[in-house]
Amino acid sequence: MSKISRRRFLAASLASGAVITLAPAKKALASATFEGYPDGMGVLVDLTRCVGCRSCEAACNQEQQLPAPDLPFDDPAVFDQTFHGGTQKRRTTEKAYTVVNRYEPKDGSAPVYRKIQCNHCNEPACLTSCFVNAYTKTKEGAVIYNSKVCVGCRNCMVACPFNIPAYSYSSAFDPMVKKCIFCHETRLKQGQPPACVAGCPQEALTFGHRASLIKIARERMRHQPGRYVDHIYGEKEVGGTSWLYLSAVPFEEVGFDTSLQTEPIISNVKDFLATVPMVLAIWPALFSGFHLLAKHKENHAGDDHSSVDEEAHK
Amino acid sequence: MKQYLAKGWTPVAAEAKAGQQPLTLVRKLLLGLTFRQYLSQAIRNPFNWVVGIIFAVGIPLVLYRFVFGLGAVTHSSYDYPWGLFLSFGLFAMVPLSASGFMLGTAVEIFGRHDFEPVERLAMLNGLLGYFFAVVFLLVDLGQPWRLPYPMTVAFGPAAVLFLVGWHVATYLTVQVAEVSVSFFEWINWPVCKKFIRRITIGLTVSGIILSTLHQGALGALFTYAPGKLHPLWYSASFQWLHFLVSSIPGGLCMVIVVSTIVKKTMAWRCDERFTANLDRLTISLAKGASMGLITYLVIKLIAIAHDNEWVYLSTGWGSWYLFEIGIGVVLPLFLFARGIRYNKLGMIRFTALLTVFGVVLNRLNTALIAFNWKLYQDIPHWKEIVISVTLFTLYIVTYRFILYRLPILFEWKVQPAEAPEAVREASRCPVKTTPSPAGAVFRNRD
Repeated sequence: MSKISRRRFLAASLASGAVITLAPAKKALASATFEGYPDGMGVLVDLTRCVGCRSCEAACNQEQQLPAPDLPFDDPAVFDQTFHGGTQKRRTTEKAYTVVNRYEPKDGSAPVYRKIQCNHCNEPACLTSCFVNAYTKTKEGAVIYNSKVCVGCRNCMVACPFNIPAYSYSSAFDPMVKKCIFCHETRLKQGQPPACVAGCPQEALTFGHRASLIKIARERMRHQPGRYVDHIYGEKEVGGTSWLYLSAVPFEEVGFDTSLQTEPIISNVKDFLATVPMVLAIWPALFSGFHLLAKHKENHAGDDHSSVDEEAHK
Repeated sequence: MKQYLAKGWTPVAAEAKAGQQPLTLVRKLLLGLTFRQYLSQAIRNPFNWVVGIIFAVGIPLVLYRFVFGLGAVTHSSYDYPWGLFLSFGLFAMVPLSASGFMLGTAVEIFGRHDFEPVERLAMLNGLLGYFFAVVFLLVDLGQPWRLPYPMTVAFGPAAVLFLVGWHVATYLTVQVAEVSVSFFEWINWPVCKKFIRRITIGLTVSGIILSTLHQGALGALFTYAPGKLHPLWYSASFQWLHFLVSSIPGGLCMVIVVSTIVKKTMAWRCDERFTANLDRLTISLAKGASMGLITYLVIKLIAIAHDNEWVYLSTGWGSWYLFEIGIGVVLPLFLFARGIRYNKLGMIRFTALLTVFGVVLNRLNTALIAFNWKLYQDIPHWKEIVISVTLFTLYIVTYRFILYRLPILFEWKVQPAEAPEAVREASRCPVKTTPSPAGAVFRNRD
């Protein structure tokens, strides 16, 4: 046993004291959740301005070189399409990365059109659930996907809280996830808005830094009191998304899932992930220890205690 | 088989009969029958005809899936990316395969050598369950040839599936090593067997670690989908524990079910040690399963209390949930208690089947039925069902093929008259040559 000198004791106390005072400071600096890159771009969708012309769908189709749709983009009949026994409206598919649906508000006012696409989450569930890291959240704000490493487990589709990623099931040899990538390669990287925004004749879509879009949204709500529901959908949902929505009717009436948590999806999984290293570290000694205990008992099988034990086990 | 037994045939169970040359590999594969005899017994077995019909329809469909893609055999659902292949083949098969690590722990770690007669069966059950879970996975993956990618090309270490992938792969290796002891006995490679026996404890402990983690991880996969899975089946804090704990009765009851089937359908292959001990071991396994079930019931209820979800119990989903718990957990608990108390083996065996059903139903509910409860129900495409049945049949046939041959249900006899090396080997890791009396405690292994 080495004796701890007074000086060493003091030094150690000082060091640990410093660690204790520094620790919370460090925690305060690094936020528990990632709130997006500071210069991340986004799009504000104002549902009150959308007239359902589907120009965005057409622009996306052209930009991403997707196959021609079954019904032309100017055919309003698509709004009457329903699926799965009339319960579902159109959704994003491998042939359409964005889709506009029509909703009839409960108060009988004019129909509302809602464009859906990948919302480009700050902390995307698809990204955190992917075991080959096929997804990347770029500093421009886009969630892009690398089909070269994708194994096709489709965990991202299970994880996406907005049911956005589609999969090209029809391909036997090179199937991949198909979703909006914010026109990352062709436009966003050059600082240009995505094709759908550029194609919108109604200015229903506003492209800009996510942080300033939130300010713009608040401005609009303040300037026209009573016009909007007091909520920016996407500001807080699942940790925040790059695409934000403003609506005049309650969001749940126009197809939004308003039951989503405010923490990113990965925070649900952290409890389990934390147990993994503990199990890896503790189990070997624990069960080897059990083995040694059991073996010890076996070696002393003649002892009174162990024979009583044996009986109890039977 | 019965005909041959009546004519005095004994299935291969030893390297050589006294005073004879060691058996050739072909002879071992044919169980000591001639090719003609083997073929004629296979044709006489009606089960093989059922298998033949299933394969005749199913194998072409499997090939069809690989040529024309998943879209050709499934609904290509974007909302239900995981269909029957994974919900049944992976999520339901894996908990039923927990038997390997359960019995491994009981025998090797806790020194309960009285479980030895079913240990190898439990290990094989584990290995095949995992192996076929991977087969189901390969059918389901979009690009199955990239399955090694998470280990070689691109890493997503923060993903739960990354853990599942690594753990299932390493655990499969561990299980191959554990089961290989039987194979080395059968093919007569004593040196390899000796090596595996030396690392048994290490293998068993790593088996426990890997099983704890990936049984749990399969549950944790659903914590990625909080809004999609019905709250009664979802629990952010306890999902992984639900999956881990329910795998314990699942695995133990699977051993009871399989041993019952084996005893009924291939009694000729079971030796005295297996048949004489089976009833006693069935009761012991049922006791273990009961403890697992009661724990599972409690933590399921705690999860509902934790998230305050009692209100859901009065809905339609609640009735379905109560049905699952009632049939798969509560009823088995009562029946096991009665069966154990009054020594009713028939009742215990039926209850084991019920428990297996309960575990499978839970996994189907979690992955398929109560998934997307806010959207719509997806009934799998008939081709998906046929392919699943085909793969499961392939699992049964492989299972039977191995049980027929490897010393799983019987002990491989090493003749003392053989080469001196074999004798030395035999004396170092003694293999019992005489059937032990029922109820004996096996402790002459090390």
